[in-house]
Amino acid sequence: MSEIAQGGGGKKDGKVRSKKTSTRIDMTPMVDLAFLLLTFFILTTTLSKPQTMEITMPEKLKEDDKQPEVNEKKVLTLVLGENDKVYWYVGITEPEAKQADFSKDGIRKVLLEKRAEIRDMIVLIKAMDESKYKNMVDILDEMTISSIQRYAIVDITSADKQIVKETKL
Amino acid sequence: MSKVKMHRSTPSIDMTPMVDLAFLLVTFFMLTATATPDEPVQVSIPSSVSQMPIPERDMIVISIGKDNKVFFTVDGQFTRPKMLREMSKIYNVSFTPDEENVFAVITSFGLPIQSLKQFLSMGREERKQIEQPGIPVDSLNNQLKDWVLQARLANPKVRIAIKGDADASYKVVKKVINTLLDRKVNRFNLITGDEKMPDDMKKAAVKKPA
Repeated sequence: MSEIAQGGGGKKDGKVRSKKTSTRIDMTPMVDLAFLLLTFFILTTTLSKPQTMEITMPEKLKEDDKQPEVNEKKVLTLVLGENDKVYWYVGITEPEAKQADFSKDGIRKVLLEKRAEIRDMIVLIKAMDESKYKNMVDILDEMTISSIQRYAIVDITSADKQIVKETKL
Repeated sequence: MSKVKMHRSTPSIDMTPMVDLAFLLVTFFMLTATATPDEPVQVSIPSSVSQMPIPERDMIVISIGKDNKVFFTVDGQFTRPKMLREMSKIYNVSFTPDEENVFAVITSFGLPIQSLKQFLSMGREERKQIEQPGIPVDSLNNQLKDWVLQARLANPKVRIAIKGDADASYKVVKKVINTLLDRKVNRFNLITGDEKMPDDMKKAAVKKPA
């Protein structure tokens, strides 16, 4: 395959000498180059492509918009605080807030319990300014994991901040 | 007398199949590799179990860095100059055709439009060195709002994604989201890394409760 056929090299005096040694091309440099390129491309290609998560935010309220009324017992509020902490409570009037974290036995357990307990549960996610973007993604992820369909990201109120403050003490 | 035969030819291995394979792989990796455009900000994205792939084209990516700076990325060589022209009208900053051409090849930037002109007049290497301050998203001076609008006017098919650093403050994220909501963009994507669904939760997620 790699031999090059040599045409009969006629010389001046007419004598034809067939070459004995086969003319093989030394492929080593080419192979070197090929593997160099191969290594380069293998190392530079990123294998895991980032994924996306689609979220739909509620439309901003206009003045004359009416909000549907919800039974407050069906509302679970999650407040994302600083240092990867989550505070959660059910209901709106004088709720008792509890603290949880993002581990497997933390907020996920709570969500699963509450999902079984409350029919048509609505989850409100309120992130404090101190929380990180990661917390928001994590909590949205928990929604997917525990297959909760009704949730919304809403702005935090001063009442929520007060509740969190009291829980911390 | 017995003659000892000497092997004249050196026992060389036929490397051809190996080379064939090597080149096949090289070709494969060359074709599948996509050149990543240099980004002015390093973003380490948080992970999620979401499996939705990112659309490859027609994307606006709003990156939020670790230090809470906001960067704007939009693809399409023709979208960008169009967008810049409209922006220059709004903010009364004029750009020369040369600067527009430079802007057309920059996929990602994070500067207030007032300093964009100076940025575009720099050399390529110089641009990489400089630290960009991020796009203003404050309520008084929200340039991101206009960039988003103009990008969408220039390319109506465009989709919006937020690529935030895991450690970015929610405060900035909220500002960006509110900017989008002001522009009536209620659906957008969050770019996240790969994470496996916890095994014991797999069933629950597939079987959605009624």
